[in-house]
Amino acid sequence: MADPLPWLILLPLLWATGAFLLGPARGARLAIAGTAVQLWLAFALAAKVGAERTALHHPVGGWGAPLGIDLAADGLAALLLILTQLVALPLFVYARGYFAAAAASWFWPLAGFLLAGMNALFLSADLFNLYVTLELVGLAAVGLVAVGGQAAGGQLAAALRYLFATLVGAGFYLLGVALIYGTYGTVSIASLTPLIAADAPPVVGFAAGLMLAGLMVKTALFPFHYWLPPAHGGAPAPVSALLSALVVKASFYLILRLWLGPFAPLVQAAAWLPALLGAAAILWGSWRAIRAERLKELVAWSTVAQLGYLFLIFPLLGDDRLALHAGGMQVVSHGLAKAAMFAAVGVLIQVTGRDAVHAVAGVAVRLPVTLLAFGLAGVTLMGLPPSGGFLAKWLLIDAALARGRWDMVIVILAGGLLAAAYVFRVLRQAFLLPPSGERRRVERRPAAPLEWAAFALAAASVLVGLRGMEIVRLLGGSAS
Amino acid sequence: MSTGTIFACTGVILFAMGVAGVILLDHLLRRILAFNLMGSGAFLVLVGLGQRAGHPDPVPQAMVLTGIVVAVAATALALALARRLFALTGGYVLPPGDARDGDG
Amino acid sequence: MKRAAIVALAALFAVTLIVLLLDLPAPAVDLPAAVGARMADSGVAHPVTAVLLNFRGYDTLLEIGVLLLALIVVLAVAPREGVAALPRADPVLQTLARVAVPLMLLAGVYLLWAGAFRPGGAFQAGAVLAAAAVLLHLAGLAPAWNAPGKRLRVGLAAGFLVFLGVAAALLAQGTLLQFPPAWAGALILLVEAALTVSLALILAGLFLFLS
Repeated sequence: MADPLPWLILLPLLWATGAFLLGPARGARLAIAGTAVQLWLAFALAAKVGAERTALHHPVGGWGAPLGIDLAADGLAALLLILTQLVALPLFVYARGYFAAAAASWFWPLAGFLLAGMNALFLSADLFNLYVTLELVGLAAVGLVAVGGQAAGGQLAAALRYLFATLVGAGFYLLGVALIYGTYGTVSIASLTPLIAADAPPVVGFAAGLMLAGLMVKTALFPFHYWLPPAHGGAPAPVSALLSALVVKASFYLILRLWLGPFAPLVQAAAWLPALLGAAAILWGSWRAIRAERLKELVAWSTVAQLGYLFLIFPLLGDDRLALHAGGMQVVSHGLAKAAMFAAVGVLIQVTGRDAVHAVAGVAVRLPVTLLAFGLAGVTLMGLPPSGGFLAKWLLIDAALARGRWDMVIVILAGGLLAAAYVFRVLRQAFLLPPSGERRRVERRPAAPLEWAAFALAAASVLVGLRGMEIVRLLGGSAS
Repeated sequence: MSTGTIFACTGVILFAMGVAGVILLDHLLRRILAFNLMGSGAFLVLVGLGQRAGHPDPVPQAMVLTGIVVAVAATALALALARRLFALTGGYVLPPGDARDGDG
Repeated sequence: MKRAAIVALAALFAVTLIVLLLDLPAPAVDLPAAVGARMADSGVAHPVTAVLLNFRGYDTLLEIGVLLLALIVVLAVAPREGVAALPRADPVLQTLARVAVPLMLLAGVYLLWAGAFRPGGAFQAGAVLAAAAVLLHLAGLAPAWNAPGKRLRVGLAAGFLVFLGVAAALLAQGTLLQFPPAWAGALILLVEAALTVSLALILAGLFLFLS
């Protein structure tokens, strides 16, 4: 049986190059076939990790760290790998139908490099290699924002802001890696964890702060979120879905990996800071989403808010692993739900011809599947049972109560109410208000794959709540 | 205070200047130059700290080679986007504004 | 005064970090010694090339991907319309170009071969060759490039594909990018040669597709 770890990286690189060779606007079928194989590999990897109850290793080049680079996959990495391929596959089917012939441009090779970078990021156990994968993901994401559709002025400005934010974040990370190599002489995570635990001169704490700050800029944590709404709100719908569902989770995964691994002895005292910023993100992001005039802007601000939940877990991390399970559930359910929401919004914009909340008046009659997808995704974001979002918030509240953090419980519940507010804004427009008086021009009926891809993602985000036990088992430990 | 440490300290200063430049400057080309300055600073720290004991260390040198290629790729991408923005708006400055001015 | 605040913060950052850097303990792991000990198995005689193409060859694989990715974005935003115009020809520059470019080609090939024993290798050679192409364009002797046809795309992607192919073939027999010591030198030279051609085309393309 082939070792799935390196193939998960080589395969997307191969089909991305193939798509480039085929020429502009081609490569859709290659991408879909490749991603299907990657999804199967990711499940195989998760099964292996679950069966052996230990992390898998793959020493690239046969040398072994610290001389060579190691690939490693534990439960968290396996979960995120499954999420990545699981979200990407329906989105690629969606994108194939979404882009008009010439507008697809170089979407397929760029998406392939994005997936390859993300898989490589989840599997790497070497700090400098992680920098290269961070840049691969970041530049691919910027490229997709800029050229996924037609590069109009507003989209270019958003792409450039995103580019500078991602480059500064990666630059901070690189300086931190440089300082750590200078101190210890190695960049392998496995070698560093015992070394830092044994003896950490102050420069290592400084480096840890630099690296985590850089990654927080890339994850659009409040107040570094300024680049996200224009970029995710201005890109074509499949690109926005990939970015909101997956790309921001990659840098969050790195923060979690570093926080739980090598930097664990250094960061305990500062855990209140990301939680405070996360709470601010939930409140501010939800508020801006309620006030948004454009559909995609609304969904993008919702991403800012939902990412805040992820940062609430840091003061709650401990031996009972409740907070870790909550974070994993939130990543998975938000990823599926946000992809579904952007996909549904993309269909709405195509049909009504405009990107405005009030323009969807009365479309429920014409697009029941799409609105159902939007609604189900909203159920997850609000945290209603039995969705994955409910399970995530339940675990988070459980962890907060275990430490007496009533302030967090209030923020989590408030966030759920605010999410209901902006989700119902759109649903109310679509369902309750009669079609507006102006004569409608003939609207295009969207292709069935678009609607059903959105629906499949939304249904998955709700159903994943029913499989919560398996996710918890994969992450290690009981749900108690 | 070996030469390696002097390189590293210079790298830190360049890095700080570069970051300040990216944040504060308005003209896109100058921001891209500031980003390159930032990158060069980080590379200097990497190589400098590697040889503070006196003898050169090949591992950070190879890492910096990789980093330079990545920086070139990022610079080229930034310049291409800036060029296109110039063709569309006639200037090398990002229009001020927030999410309200994207166009679907 | 947001400007003054950020400048002050940057200065504080630099001073703090410099103070912290001034007294570091000796590193716990001695990688140069490990590199020296295993270099005989790596297939090349220069430590930086050994690290770049063998010990940490996976980093190199990903960075070529980053470069190709940047080229694709450049292609997507490059101006598509019109015939590419030649820059104004300056006779001094043209003579210089005619003299320099053959020497640069020679230097590029030498750098590729020399990488096994002394500083050099695919990146350095590719950069020199790309500079020769840019010089030809600036001197008015070669036009800018339009959207690439099939052959140019193959040239651009060839290095990366060869590297991926070697990686996949080695993976089928064991670990990713594990060069068997007897074949390591030859395989590395093959990969470097393909990379030189592709890197030259990519780096030249980053300039010439935008002109």
